[in-house]
Amino acid sequence: MLFYLLKRVGLAVVIVVVAVVLLYSMIHVVPGDPASVILGPRATPEMKQELHELMGLDRPFVVQVVSFLGKVARGDLGMDFFSQRPVAQIVFKQLDETLVLVLASIGWAMLLGIPLGCYSAVFRNTFSDKLVGFFSIGVIAVPSFVVALYSLLLFAVTLKWLPAIGAGESGQYMDQLRHLILPAFAIGLGWVGYIARLVRASMLEVLNENHIRRARAFGLPEHMIVFQYALKLAILPTITLLGTGIGRLISSAVFAEIVFARPGIGKLIFDSVVSRNYPLVMGAVLVSTVLFVLSTTVSDSVNAMLDPRVRERL
Amino acid sequence: MAEPVLDIRNLSVNYLTPRGTVKALRRINLQVPSAKVVGLVGESGCGKSTLISTVIRLMAENARVAAGEIRFTGKDMQQLSPRDLRAIRGRDMSMVFQDPMTALNPVFTVGRQMADIQYRDAVSRKEKLKRASDMLSLVGIPDAVSRLDNYPHHFSGGMRQRITIAMALLVQPKLLIADEPTTALDATLEVQIIRLLKALQADFQCAILFISHHLNVIAELCDFVGVMYAGELVEKGSVRDIFHRPGHPYTRALLECDPSVIAEPTRFLPTIPGEIPSLIDLPEGCIFHDRCPRAAQVCKKTPPPEVSLAEHHTVACHCLEV
Repeated sequence: MLFYLLKRVGLAVVIVVVAVVLLYSMIHVVPGDPASVILGPRATPEMKQELHELMGLDRPFVVQVVSFLGKVARGDLGMDFFSQRPVAQIVFKQLDETLVLVLASIGWAMLLGIPLGCYSAVFRNTFSDKLVGFFSIGVIAVPSFVVALYSLLLFAVTLKWLPAIGAGESGQYMDQLRHLILPAFAIGLGWVGYIARLVRASMLEVLNENHIRRARAFGLPEHMIVFQYALKLAILPTITLLGTGIGRLISSAVFAEIVFARPGIGKLIFDSVVSRNYPLVMGAVLVSTVLFVLSTTVSDSVNAMLDPRVRERL
Repeated sequence: MAEPVLDIRNLSVNYLTPRGTVKALRRINLQVPSAKVVGLVGESGCGKSTLISTVIRLMAENARVAAGEIRFTGKDMQQLSPRDLRAIRGRDMSMVFQDPMTALNPVFTVGRQMADIQYRDAVSRKEKLKRASDMLSLVGIPDAVSRLDNYPHHFSGGMRQRITIAMALLVQPKLLIADEPTTALDATLEVQIIRLLKALQADFQCAILFISHHLNVIAELCDFVGVMYAGELVEKGSVRDIFHRPGHPYTRALLECDPSVIAEPTRFLPTIPGEIPSLIDLPEGCIFHDRCPRAAQVCKKTPPPEVSLAEHHTVACHCLEV
């Protein structure tokens, strides 16, 4: 297991480095001069030249990439030239909110989706299985911002049970929790459907396998067969899905963040793209890329923990 | 003969399919005496596997028992609740499956799986693992104690089949059902596994219902043999009766087709001409008549009676009537 972890983390580092290089190249290969954007149309060539030197844009491309990588490794993501604050500081301030939101959303979706999937598989083709299937497809089909808007309307505006906007006073955990419920509900709802469908499908496949028949032939209790012998295998594809899902959500929870006016990485990327704030876009995308890689690394490691064949293969 | 461990009376099983009702088993009568080995032979699709999955009540969802009963140590298996069934499976009755590569759960250690099947016993986990490793040594797995921590994919096919046999015997069943346990293995391993089963059966004194389409294996291992054809048990008797005095034309044809009895080199392996009849639209009369070299007019019209040739030796055929 330790050997697997070392190899997997090594691989993750390689992926991050490649991603950073690609990201840096893409930003700098596209036409347009960052200095002109930052300084505006009335900048003199001297001012541009000065800024070029400050940003290191006058050096050869390879040197720029290497020095950028070096800075990133030290946690320096550059300066935001609009607000004159370090990008790392801006991004990490938003990161907590996003992580809490994403983990809460996926967390409750998992807690509901996995048992629903198991239930559907065990009672396949019954009325309740079909009901779960109908519900799952339904919530997958509804976009999260629609869920967000309607839950906002119902629970915040009409019933006034929960606050409508913001992330709550920092430090006041109850207040933050109350602010978390609606966005987490909006993002997680579709995932309940995804997870339930996927768990059902892989559970059905596993329940038909020979070793389950053998377990039945030995009279093992049904709960042991379903929740231990079958689930440990059937959960593997779901964990992979969740790994990429959490990674993707970090930068794409933006709808819910906008609707509920919460700070977050998604909203940060959106705002900085709109204002052509390249250093900030780079920093935010970079951090979400690293988190994506981290999240898939964790899910792969969990899979390896569960399945001995995986941990011996890599 | 004392009361048999397994007593199958007049059993018929159907599969409900979109194309119609497949009458997979018809009027099967078979007894497995205690501490004896009964073999079932027949070509693929003759209903061997349907029979054993009906015995242990692990049938496909579309299978229905149309008639007959299965008595196991006196209990009617059809009447048992799922709870009572579970109490029998893995205690009085256990099973070795055909494909050892898929018969073990890939994500649990062998030790864990062998301890789990003893879940009813109120002994410590240490004791369960001790029993497991003792049984693994008995089936010829070297260094059994340390191999309990291995996963199934660390073992070869032959080793895995030894493990499943060890599991099946660990619960000290009254009846062991073996569903073609050597079909997925190569010939050398097959001999080893059969010898192992035979030695262990003598030690444990359990009855075995052994399924195979391999005649040599049956001859080597079994006391009694049942020959199945297209869902019917056409002949049954002692190994000596079946192999030396076969009564049914199908049994004779099957024995002649055994590649190991061919003395002269030939270009073509002998086969039985014709095909198995459709089990949806059954032919009238004898099930074997359109492939039978001795079929008479009566064979096409009337189902054959069961003719007793000797003690325990019965044949379903018109041509033997005196």
